Parts: sequence; C-alpha cells; structure tokens
Amino acid sequence: MERVGSQWVAKLAGHAGTGVNFVARDPYTGRLWALLGHGHWGAKLSVSDDGGATWADNAAQIRYPEGARFIAQDMYEDAGSEFGVGVNISTKPATLQELWVIGFGPGGRVLVGTIPGGLFESHDGGATFALNRPLWDHESRGGDLTSGEAERETQWFGTPASEGGDFAAGIHSIVVDSANPERLLLAVSTAGVIESADGGRTWRSRNKGMRKDHSPEPEAEWGHDTHYIEQCQHQPQHIWQQNHAGVYYSNDGAESWQKVSVPEQGVHFGFPVTVDAHEGRRAWLVPARGDNQRTAIDGGLFVARTDDGGQSWTQQRKGLPQGNAWDVVYRHALANDAGCVAFGSTTGNLYVSEDGGESWTTVGNNFPPIYSVRFG
Amino acid sequence: MITLQFTRHLFSFFPQLEGRVVQVEAQSVAEVVRALEALAPGIGFYLLDELGRVRTHVNIFVGPDRIRDRKTLSDRVQPGDTVWILQALSGG
Repeated sequence: MERVGSQWVAKLAGHAGTGVNFVARDPYTGRLWALLGHGHWGAKLSVSDDGGATWADNAAQIRYPEGARFIAQDMYEDAGSEFGVGVNISTKPATLQELWVIGFGPGGRVLVGTIPGGLFESHDGGATFALNRPLWDHESRGGDLTSGEAERETQWFGTPASEGGDFAAGIHSIVVDSANPERLLLAVSTAGVIESADGGRTWRSRNKGMRKDHSPEPEAEWGHDTHYIEQCQHQPQHIWQQNHAGVYYSNDGAESWQKVSVPEQGVHFGFPVTVDAHEGRRAWLVPARGDNQRTAIDGGLFVARTDDGGQSWTQQRKGLPQGNAWDVVYRHALANDAGCVAFGSTTGNLYVSEDGGESWTTVGNNFPPIYSVRFG
Repeated sequence: MITLQFTRHLFSFFPQLEGRVVQVEAQSVAEVVRALEALAPGIGFYLLDELGRVRTHVNIFVGPDRIRDRKTLSDRVQPGDTVWILQALSGG
C-alpha cells in the first residue's frame, strides 16, 4: 500500500491466490523477496527487481541438504496405552515445510528461517543458499544427526504454524545486529532466543530472565515460546520480545530479559511487537486475550504503546473498531517507520497510523488473512 | 514418446508448457520428471521434495493408474502412454 494524496491506497502487487508468509525488501540491493507457501507445490522464494510489478522464482531455492535430519515427536494411536496414544521420538529427514522469515545484512548476506528449524545463509545476495550447520547440529537439538540415532534429546519443540503438518520447530525472527553484523539473533518457536557472536559459527541461548509459566521448569535454558523479537536500529542494545508467556524487554542486547507485561491493561499475550528505530524504549504491540482465546480483548481492537521500556502502557483505540472486533494479528503483521505504524489481521483488516498510534485509519477490510506488513 | 498432461495450475508457474503438446522420451516416471525439468527448469521441485518424493498433494497417473512408487518414481512407462501430473484434491 502507499500514500496517494491524503489516502492510503492498497494495490495487488502479485501472487494473487498464493499464500505469502513474509515480504521484505533487501535494503542493500532494493530487491523484494516474497516467501511463498504454495500448498500443493511447496514453499518457494520469489523475487522482484521492479518494485513488485513482476516476480520470478529465485534461481536458488531453499532445500535441506542430503543427510539433514531432526528429532521429531509424533503422536500415534496406541490401543495398548491407558491414554490411547503414544509418542514416537525419531530422527527424520528434513524437507522444507515453510519459509517463515527473511533477514538481510551487508555484503550480500541473506538469511532465511524455516520450518523445520533451519537457518539458510547466502553470502552472495541470494544466488546460493546453504544450511547453517552449527545451528542445525547444535547440542540443544541432539547434536549432529547426519548418521545414527540421537544421543541426546532435543530441547527444541514444535510450532503449529507448519503447513506440512509435522510438529516441528520454526525460526520466525532474524536480527542482524545493526551495530555489528557478525552478531545474529534468532527466535524460535519453540526454543527461545539464540545468539551468534561470530557470524553464525557458534550459537548459544539468550533466554535469561524469561519464564515459561506453562512449564514445570519455568526457568529452563531452552523451550521458551518466543513469538517474535525486534531490535532498535539505532539503539541496538534495546530488544523487544512478544512471548507466549508475556512481553519482555532487554536493554542489554538480550543478555537478560525483563518481563514488562501488565495483564490488567491487556498487555501480556499476542504475537507481534515493533520498536521505534531511534528510541529503544518505545514499542507497540497488538495484544490478544490469551492463549485460550486468541482474539482481540472484549471485542475492542487496540494497540498498546510504551515510551518508557514497558514501565507504563497506553491503549491506542482511536479509529480502531470497538464493537465485535475479534481480530488477531500475527507476528510479522505489525511494523513502524518514522512515526507511521501499520498492522493487518488474520481477518483481512489493514490499519495505519501516521501519529505513532494516536489515531488510526482503515485501509481496507476485505483482504485475505494478512501475514506480513513491512515498510519499504 | 510419452505425452504429458498437466493441471492448469502449473501453467501459471511454467507458461512455456501451456498450449502445446509436451512429449518426452522416458522409461520410468522418474525419467519423465527429469526430462520435464529440462523443458521447464525448476518444475521438479514443484512436484517432488528434496528427497525426490512426490509431494503429498501432488498426484501422477500413467494412463488411468496412479503411480505406486511415490518415493523413487520407478513406475514404468511405455511408448504411447500419457502421464498426467495433477494436484491432489485433498479436501475443499
């Protein structure tokens, strides 16, 4: 969509009728990337060099290499069990189920996060991609599974977002540190936040301070259900996280997290978060009621904004529907740029604010489910 | 020669296959897909996954018979056969 005169106007920019999980522009090349989910035909990377007028499949597609396996946990019918079901833990060959997120760095770096749990890297602008093996073979996932059975259990669990049906983990957030492009942060459903300080050669968890309220081991190193993370571009030590178990904020570059949920103000559960590019304490969320009711709260849609690192929140409702509005906004469908904030919901509503969320304009109400809103 | 018939859906990705008779030389369905890849680069990954298996929601028929080997596509084809490459109707 773009501003034409005094109005925001949406137009179709390709891929009509195709599932699109994420769209973003590589700021280093200007190229548009769309992460497609064709259903029948699998997930595909599509690119446009003319601003979306024409698209083509990228010459290099994302493919798991031969021998890439992961630990899967599948439930099956088991008449002999008192529960009627059993869980089969096995190592399975990986095939691409979903392209979920793409990130960019200087020097031709393109990073793609997938289900099941793959980080694919390009150092040549997307001409070639390779699976990041140090992360794929990380000890938290059972180590190198190229041959033989796993000697350790995986601490990564699944996401229901997979199109392929397997309950496998997925990488949905990629941060290339704006101050140091060798530093990468990922977030995984379900594992948590993961950091590499050396360009992807080694990885470690960054989940200190997070609590899994839904787990018997709430402070375990792994297994956190981060829904999305975003870094402040010009104050990169400020990082925000919407988690299944609340809203978290870090002012030390994800070394530690502080829970800043205020459930009585509706700030707790949701999927997306976006942070101002210059003021790292300013962030926006679109809250939902909770994991047992993934809708807007009490039928009134609002955006929650903080300017002080989550110490206080303002509910921004002006211009948003306040009756029978049950929209839910997914993790990639909220973004901001220079005071302009926009979000889209799975019920096909698209809203934009030009005053930091103080007031909102409806761009349209009849879109398909909206999975990705980015400025660019 | 083996004659190929496609679901129209594939023409939106591979327009070079539309409006023409597509024929290839092959002795198995795997060879059919390999020959097709030469005519429409990239189509193999639309039909098969990284392991070379037919995607869950894709169906391939030789004449009236759905292929049996969805893992390596070893089903044989004979000169004069028609191979149908279709999207499975998987509900809805």
